[in-house]
Amino acid sequence: MGSGILTASYIIAAIFFILSLSGLSHPETSRRGNFYGIIGMTVAIIATVASGEVTAYGLLIVVMLIGGGIGTFLARRVQMTEMPELVAILHSFVGLAAVFIGFASYLEGVDFTGVEKTIHDVEIYLGVLIGGVTFTGSVVAFGKLKGVIDGKPVLIPGRHWCNLVLGVLCVILGGYFIDATNVDNGTILLIVMTLIAFLFGVHMVMAIGGADMPVVVSMLNSYSGWAAAATGFMLSNDLLIVTGALVGSSGAILSYIMCKAMNRKFLAVIAGGFGTGSAGGAAIYEGEAIGQSATDTAESLKNADSVIIVPGYGMAVAQAQSVVNEITKRLRDSNKNVRFAIHPVAGRMPGHMNVLLAESRVPYDIVLEMDEINEDFSNTDVVLVIGANDIVNPSAQTEPDSPIAGMPVLEVWKATNVVVLKRSMASGYAGVDNPLFFKDNTRMLFGDAKESLGEVLRAL
Amino acid sequence: MRIFVPRESYEGENRVATTPSVVRELKKLGYEISIEEEAGKAANFSDISFIDAGASIVPTSVSSWQEADVILKVRGPGFNSALNREEIELLSEGQTLISFLWPAQNGDMLKVAEVRKINLIAMDCVPRISRAQKMDALSSMANIGGYRAIVEAAGQFGRFFTGQITAAGKIPPAKVLIIGAGVAGLAAIGAAKSMGAIVRAFDTRPEVKEQVESMDAEFLMLDFEEEGGGAGGYAKVMSEEFIKAEMELFAEQARDVDIIVTTALIPGKPAPKLITEEMVHSMRDGSVIVDLAAEQGGNCELTKPGEICKSKGVTIIGFTDLPSRLATQSSQLFATNLRHLISDMTPEKEGQLQFNFEDEVVRGSTVVHKGEIIWPAPPPKLSAAPKKKIEAPVVVPKEQPRNPWAQLIILFLGALALWVIGRVAPEAFMSHLTVFVLACFVGYQVIWNVTPALHTPLMSVTNAISGIIIIGAILQISSSSTITIILASVSVLIATINIAGGFLVTRRMLEMFRK
Repeated sequence: MGSGILTASYIIAAIFFILSLSGLSHPETSRRGNFYGIIGMTVAIIATVASGEVTAYGLLIVVMLIGGGIGTFLARRVQMTEMPELVAILHSFVGLAAVFIGFASYLEGVDFTGVEKTIHDVEIYLGVLIGGVTFTGSVVAFGKLKGVIDGKPVLIPGRHWCNLVLGVLCVILGGYFIDATNVDNGTILLIVMTLIAFLFGVHMVMAIGGADMPVVVSMLNSYSGWAAAATGFMLSNDLLIVTGALVGSSGAILSYIMCKAMNRKFLAVIAGGFGTGSAGGAAIYEGEAIGQSATDTAESLKNADSVIIVPGYGMAVAQAQSVVNEITKRLRDSNKNVRFAIHPVAGRMPGHMNVLLAESRVPYDIVLEMDEINEDFSNTDVVLVIGANDIVNPSAQTEPDSPIAGMPVLEVWKATNVVVLKRSMASGYAGVDNPLFFKDNTRMLFGDAKESLGEVLRAL
Repeated sequence: MRIFVPRESYEGENRVATTPSVVRELKKLGYEISIEEEAGKAANFSDISFIDAGASIVPTSVSSWQEADVILKVRGPGFNSALNREEIELLSEGQTLISFLWPAQNGDMLKVAEVRKINLIAMDCVPRISRAQKMDALSSMANIGGYRAIVEAAGQFGRFFTGQITAAGKIPPAKVLIIGAGVAGLAAIGAAKSMGAIVRAFDTRPEVKEQVESMDAEFLMLDFEEEGGGAGGYAKVMSEEFIKAEMELFAEQARDVDIIVTTALIPGKPAPKLITEEMVHSMRDGSVIVDLAAEQGGNCELTKPGEICKSKGVTIIGFTDLPSRLATQSSQLFATNLRHLISDMTPEKEGQLQFNFEDEVVRGSTVVHKGEIIWPAPPPKLSAAPKKKIEAPVVVPKEQPRNPWAQLIILFLGALALWVIGRVAPEAFMSHLTVFVLACFVGYQVIWNVTPALHTPLMSVTNAISGIIIIGAILQISSSSTITIILASVSVLIATINIAGGFLVTRRMLEMFRK
């Protein structure tokens, strides 16, 4: 196949990728979007394989079959509540692949000289660096989401200095790497730098707390894109550059949206240390949280005309989404206005709650975003808060000293009645007490969300 | 405990303090209920229906009053002509009376209750907080009053409310002005609107504008800055300038509208005079004014409380018993309000009324307890309609004023950097850079359109797409160097996992999104 046709195929693939992402603008077109993505990928791979530069067909086919098999297996088996983990581990693969390709590319060597060689070396160096950080960062994020690694931020003293030293070291090593006269010296420098990048990735994600996980996951999404783009520069491959840039900017926008939803600066999240529990300046709320039985909750739902359900990470942990759907159906059958209010950072990943609700077949047109529904709480009879805490904390608006001050929150307390389902009175990830629990119109339904909701459903 | 519901002794009072369906609920709370014979007759609840609900019917006698622990009434205690006794004197130590009491106007009654150690709970003193809405009998009655006001007006008004074009000519719709958009006002708006009239409403509290407009009525604005919201969601006395502007508005409206319903009340004060004699006479003949504030002196200068009177062709309705004229409905709502209060005061459901003064509602509504006048209660903490003041401490994140120069400088530096790179970098690199920068912009534009509900599928699909890195590995796999082959093979392997896993899991997720 000639290089003209290869380029044409790459352009087609790039167009399909763009169509794929734009298809996701609405649930109705999203399935087609995913399909476009698959077509784009198929076109790109076939064109590359047929380009004449590839001869080791046997090895390639075997390896791809194995990889495809593992991927299919993972995709089939994963629980919807485990999506953040899956996404995190997939990010790590892209990072690792970028590292390997970088090394392979360096070892192969190219007959560039002068500026061209310098640029090529910088490209390799950057590709491996970003890939390395993405790899270990994603692995640690995976561990944290899975619960293998403690979700609390690990803060070593002087961590900012530590980061700075690592960064400076990378730059210095990069200088030596470009000047390296033979491949062996260069390889050693590259390996040392890779190890530093690995360390950097681990350290960065370890320092970020559980509440900031949505930012971390989308940030790593962005990194994996930049890693692909850097690889594209390295191999002079425009398709990789385009795709990497698309993915990179997608992840960057998601990170921005998540940070905005928490009213935090991106750099502050990355620097870590949030959710340590030693939240200074937070007021201590005195008062009594009033408990309520599941039967009484069912009673108030029966008497309500309009109900808003606010799900949080607790719903995912308790796997309560299908019971929630049953309750929703029951209430909607008796002509009540039931809606869902989703805070942008509810859960551990952007859009996490939407996926869980969709899995249990809650119609997506009653699942609304914070901005769409926040006005309506004052006209609502009952709000069910299921395993959410910080995103419904009124002190974000009333306590200028609170660590979550200024973070946009769902104004559930404006409703006539609020029922909060919670396991205990423990504070949320941000480590802040929630005055919502002590309000006059709030009732607490303690216990595992799935069991409590099951009882509510039986009483309905 | 035994609950007794007597027949209302006030002349012309048709309501009764409980209904058969509420009796059933009260029995579930553990109470015995006895009802004076024919107590519900005027409200169309027969003795038999009460017996069916599990109540016992007791004769009209002093002992019926004395055997009970709790007495439920609509109106406060007065002179009972059937027994020829003052009702308050029928009660003795430890008995509890729950009804409308108006403690501010009935100081003597409170003193009697204090001496006789009777517990009094005033339904009109239930604090106006969100939680207590279900016990807010004043709102229930106001709602009925507002509705009935329109029905009364329609009875006196000589024309249709709705506009029609018939073979016999065109009929214009009636124009109705509602003054005071509280519960009664809103109910009147709803009733008038559903009969087809053009409805306008005025209120001194600007925050009710939204509620009026939600009923599809027109809210008349005064071009005047003053907040009319007082404590507890009620109106307050306005300044002189405001009243002057307001009166000008009413005078202008009086010439235009056919029906005026006034509901303006200020707690603890006589009703403000809003419709002057002059305004009444400026109205067209056949017009109707319904004065819901008649009991507190009336909003109209010509109102005669309790009567319908005519003045130069304008009918002025001053009934003070509008809820009683809709006795079945108002008994039902009042009885339900009572039931909610009793059920809150009977947390154990064992039929024992408990005075838990930690509960703001119980504290607020109890006026005499164990021989002690405890009225008035401290004001409730929450206002019914949240005022702006409460919202004031909301932390507004300060927008940092952007330095327009900063942006220009950044742009300039960016351009300079590109130029420097362009000076030294080879042609090929620059073309790749072009592609890269353009792709970033395309991505930026496309991703902003993604709906937040699909952020997770977005991440998994971009994840799959970033598996495009496989192309790099495919190009390297045919190398002659073993290390390169191994590295490339592993890269192909994990990138394929990414591609297959990413696309399939996205598909699985998207399948689930349905209407």
